[in-house]
Amino acid sequence: MDETSPGWWGVPLAVLAGAIRVSTPFLFVSLGECLTEKSGRINLGLEGTLVMGAMSGYAVAYGTGSPWLGVLVAGLAGTGFGILHAAVCSLERVNDIAVGIALMLLGTGLAFFLGKPYIQPQAPQLPSIDFGWWSTSQQVRSALQVNALFLIGAVLAPLLVWGLRNTRWGMVLRIVGESAEAARAMGYPVNRVRLFATAAGGFLAGVGGSFLSLHYPGSWNERLSSGQGITAVALVIFARWDPVLCFWASLLFGGAGALGPALQAVGVTQGYYLFNAAPYVLTLAIMIATSSARHRLAGAPAELSVTR
Amino acid sequence: MTAILVPVAALAASLALFGAFVALIGVSPLDVYQLMYTGAFGSWFSWQNTLTRAAPLILTALCTALPAQLGLVVIGGEGALVLGALAAAATGLALEGAPAPVVVPAMGLAAMAAGALLIGGAGALRHGRGVNETISSLLLSYIAIAVLNHMVEGPLKDPASLNKPSTAPLADDYTIGTLPGMDVHWGLVVGVVCALAAWVLMRRTTFGFAARMVGGNPRAARMAGLPVGRLLIVTTALAGAMAGLAGMVEVAAVHGRANASLVAGYGSTGILVAFLARQNPLAVIPVAILFGGIGASGGLLQRRLGLPDASVLVLQGIIFVTLLASEGLHGRVRLPRLAKQPQEA
Repeated sequence: MDETSPGWWGVPLAVLAGAIRVSTPFLFVSLGECLTEKSGRINLGLEGTLVMGAMSGYAVAYGTGSPWLGVLVAGLAGTGFGILHAAVCSLERVNDIAVGIALMLLGTGLAFFLGKPYIQPQAPQLPSIDFGWWSTSQQVRSALQVNALFLIGAVLAPLLVWGLRNTRWGMVLRIVGESAEAARAMGYPVNRVRLFATAAGGFLAGVGGSFLSLHYPGSWNERLSSGQGITAVALVIFARWDPVLCFWASLLFGGAGALGPALQAVGVTQGYYLFNAAPYVLTLAIMIATSSARHRLAGAPAELSVTR
Repeated sequence: MTAILVPVAALAASLALFGAFVALIGVSPLDVYQLMYTGAFGSWFSWQNTLTRAAPLILTALCTALPAQLGLVVIGGEGALVLGALAAAATGLALEGAPAPVVVPAMGLAAMAAGALLIGGAGALRHGRGVNETISSLLLSYIAIAVLNHMVEGPLKDPASLNKPSTAPLADDYTIGTLPGMDVHWGLVVGVVCALAAWVLMRRTTFGFAARMVGGNPRAARMAGLPVGRLLIVTTALAGAMAGLAGMVEVAAVHGRANASLVAGYGSTGILVAFLARQNPLAVIPVAILFGGIGASGGLLQRRLGLPDASVLVLQGIIFVTLLASEGLHGRVRLPRLAKQPQEA
């Protein structure tokens, strides 16, 4: 190891840097899922939406040369999946969990199908903002290269909290999520509100997917996402349906996800795959610790089937 | 009657939608349908391929269908299959030299235990801690796949397997042979027997009656004094054992060793099979054969029409969404001639 290398200190540094990098898809999916779940429905299909967003964003960025256009199209693809989820769920006797599983399958299938031609070419990447200019260490500098999408997500989280609490839209969304019957009695169109909430959630999940292909890891292939979508759904439960808590939880999960690669970088290759499973183990441990057999979770929208 | 008609109509609608989809990218839907039929059921050769794929599908579908009787949605079949396969391979390697009639059942038991532990774990978490079983079973599935990768690249790696890390191959006499007169392994019989047993258990025993009562109304079941927790944990463990057995069959009859090829999507297809079969263990058999056929035709679509291997996934996704959308039709559609008979929902 040469002198500029921080050696073992590289591990926490890489975990921190990784936390920021790896957390962004978690952040967007969880914010989207948070919105959807606030309306009283769960969309497990965001795993498929994430992959679809990654593929479509990459394809468009490659085709047009503009990564931001890719992000937008990824969001729109996600919106489409959100609308599909909401439309099927609004039919009679349809279980939202089952629809989510179906869309998980459809989303990944479509993405793999349409994404075949984009596995080889290199698309332009999203820009990062350099917060490490003050440091002379290469590792610190690269750790503090923060992507613009992460910053957008970080701003979006408190904005959503504010919006849910103080705007008319937020109010209606929460009423629908707490009691569809009360909302109906007050004259609010329950299914349409849920449609908007699921579509918006899909948009954010699609954007989260575009981050995977357009920044980190930064290319499109079929192994790009392995469960980040479903982990993010579980993360919303852990974050008690609070967007700002979603932000902190995403950072935590990102850190867990960065542990494997960080250790590998300093030469610990033993158990690489087990460290890769760290986010899932963490999710499960958190779900076990925070759930209860006897009473409902605090802060859960009362209409949500998944916590019942 | 509608219990059969509605899924069949959903299937037909999905095929039409899939046809429209391939037409959009410039492939003739008629060619696709014809090749799918040829690849799945067109010849004795394709029938054997189809049935070979149906064997693990029956078992992974049971992994979703059994807990569904209790109203649970379990989607961890892939993980239970993988873990079962790993346990079977490890057992076969550890007992090398012992007589096959001892080792093969031991492999099956180890696989079932591993699967039961995984999915039964999700059931126990649901009962003990109120953890949602859908999410936990999928997370456990990812963890199981990570464990497989860890074992075949680390402790159990065969140094001779260079480009595809695997365990050492099983001894020849520990592998499962083919049925007499055809090139389909005994796993198919295992699957069919398990499906029949599952049906008998759920429809003809008090255990099954109690389980379905919990599925209908958990609170009423608890009031009636049924041991809800035990029913839940036993059923999910059984479900996991089925998928674990699928893993043993794949290792002992198809791959001969454990490696990442085991993660072949039998778990996710099994979920769809269970839903299309309306969670009925008997209906799982024909539906699994149908999807075995769709899977078997994938290769032909790829070679002849240049369609990506993900076409099968797209079709499965379309079928799943259409099927769920048709759910509201049950009990609604009236057949003109049967209108006076009570409708079966």
